[in-house]
Amino acid sequence: MKRLMNLRPTKPFRIGLGILPFIIILVIYLAASNVRLAENSRDKLLPSFDSFVSAIQRMAFEPSKRTGEILLWADTFASLERLALGVGISALIGLTLGIINGLIPLASAPLSPLVRTLSLIPPMAILPILFIMFGLGEASKVALIVIGIAPFIVRDLQQRVAEIPSELLIKAQTLGASTWLVIVRVVLPQLIPRLIDAVRLSLGAAWLFLIAAEAIAATEGLGYRIFLVRRYLAMDVILPYVAWVTFLAYVMDASLRRLSKKIFPWYHGNGVQAEG
Amino acid sequence: MSFIHVDNVWKEYTENVVLEHLTLRVKKGEFVTIVGASGCGKTTFLKMLLGEVSPSRGKILLDGKPLAVEPGPDRGIVFQRYSVFPHLKVLGNVMLGLELQQSRVLGRLFGDKRRLAQQLACEMLEAVGLSHVLDKYPSELSGGMQQRLALAQSLIKQPLILLLDEPFGALDPGMRADMHQLILTLWRNMGLTVFMVSHDLKESFYLGTRLLVFDKVRHDPQNMNAFGARVTYDIPLGSVDNSLCQEIEKYSSPKQIVANLE
Repeated sequence: MKRLMNLRPTKPFRIGLGILPFIIILVIYLAASNVRLAENSRDKLLPSFDSFVSAIQRMAFEPSKRTGEILLWADTFASLERLALGVGISALIGLTLGIINGLIPLASAPLSPLVRTLSLIPPMAILPILFIMFGLGEASKVALIVIGIAPFIVRDLQQRVAEIPSELLIKAQTLGASTWLVIVRVVLPQLIPRLIDAVRLSLGAAWLFLIAAEAIAATEGLGYRIFLVRRYLAMDVILPYVAWVTFLAYVMDASLRRLSKKIFPWYHGNGVQAEG
Repeated sequence: MSFIHVDNVWKEYTENVVLEHLTLRVKKGEFVTIVGASGCGKTTFLKMLLGEVSPSRGKILLDGKPLAVEPGPDRGIVFQRYSVFPHLKVLGNVMLGLELQQSRVLGRLFGDKRRLAQQLACEMLEAVGLSHVLDKYPSELSGGMQQRLALAQSLIKQPLILLLDEPFGALDPGMRADMHQLILTLWRNMGLTVFMVSHDLKESFYLGTRLLVFDKVRHDPQNMNAFGARVTYDIPLGSVDNSLCQEIEKYSSPKQIVANLE
């Protein structure tokens, strides 16, 4: 018998093992839900699957009686727009400041300590300031996402620039590159796939700040809806919304990974770093 | 007239002397090989020629003019590793030097200029025997092919000096022999002036027209870094007998230095 650490599941077995915890959670949920509903058929805490289906039907496929919009889609578009703006602006800031800080000592001397300090401010603590400065509209929500994740991306990319072997930067100079040309032909192309990594890592935090901002002040959005229906203990709406947010986050992460693999094959390597 | 003139150059870091009293004249077309124990400053010397490190005292003249104190297109370099750009394909790696030179804003060429650069790069790659892998990324190449690529990439700029920092150190012996032939051919055909740092004494004797041995002549047992290394042997090659080779081997091996101290 091999050691436990050397035992590897075969592929179908591994996939089966991967699905197993989900099935167990589902079974436990159904059992608990049945028990509660048997005791009190009006229980709202653990709704049955029938109530989920009707809630999803109501939220995702029928226009709202009050606004005429289909709520799930309206919420999704509102949230995704804020998220895309926030993450996009953060990526741009991250790329610019990361390159400048990582490559140019004269710029990083004044900028690095500032970025490090800013990144330690708990973003939620300054949400009120954002509401005061930008009002309760879209700008404050986007700003919260930017303040939440941009410092992380800046610092991560600065580190990635520092990790580019100095040999490459020197080589580029011996080929006649100015600082600008080193940036556009060496640093920038090597940094884009690393930016995608950084964005993937910060997406979780971006969702967190988005939903927090929406929960506090919004008129539509996934976070807004979840916190709105909480008042009615509408678990039949909250749980599908949470599942939907999770699904969106997963799709974003997976498509960024795929995109990066497709555009930057050299970054993901083909495993053949031959020697000799 | 000497092409490169190293005049009483020292390199010190606070209490740590790396090189002392370095004076050297090198003519155009020489193939200078540099050996010495680890940590004796041979790479530091190469970095000074490159402009990555500047001398603490003394000066280095290239063609009568002080050497620029940052890397530039007049001095090409091939490192032991990380000499080629992983994000560019083989052809792109060699074209890069031409693109950077001719397009100062985008660093890219288009149309006829691009075709011309491609053609030049292809000829260079032909010369180093890589014309069959133009469309591959460096990570798909063997170590030897990556070093060939690094050579082609540097040489397309027609540098005045070619600096080689243990370029064949990571290669297996067969590949190394091929690379020796290649570098000798390129050196002769292109009239290059070469400085090569090497761990391998045989290789240095075989390739060079002149061998420099770096070593410390003064030792302070209380403070290992009190004195720097100098050129202890400066040998024109071609007429060397075996005993000298053994003597150098003996004195430049780290074991021997420790033995001397005791």
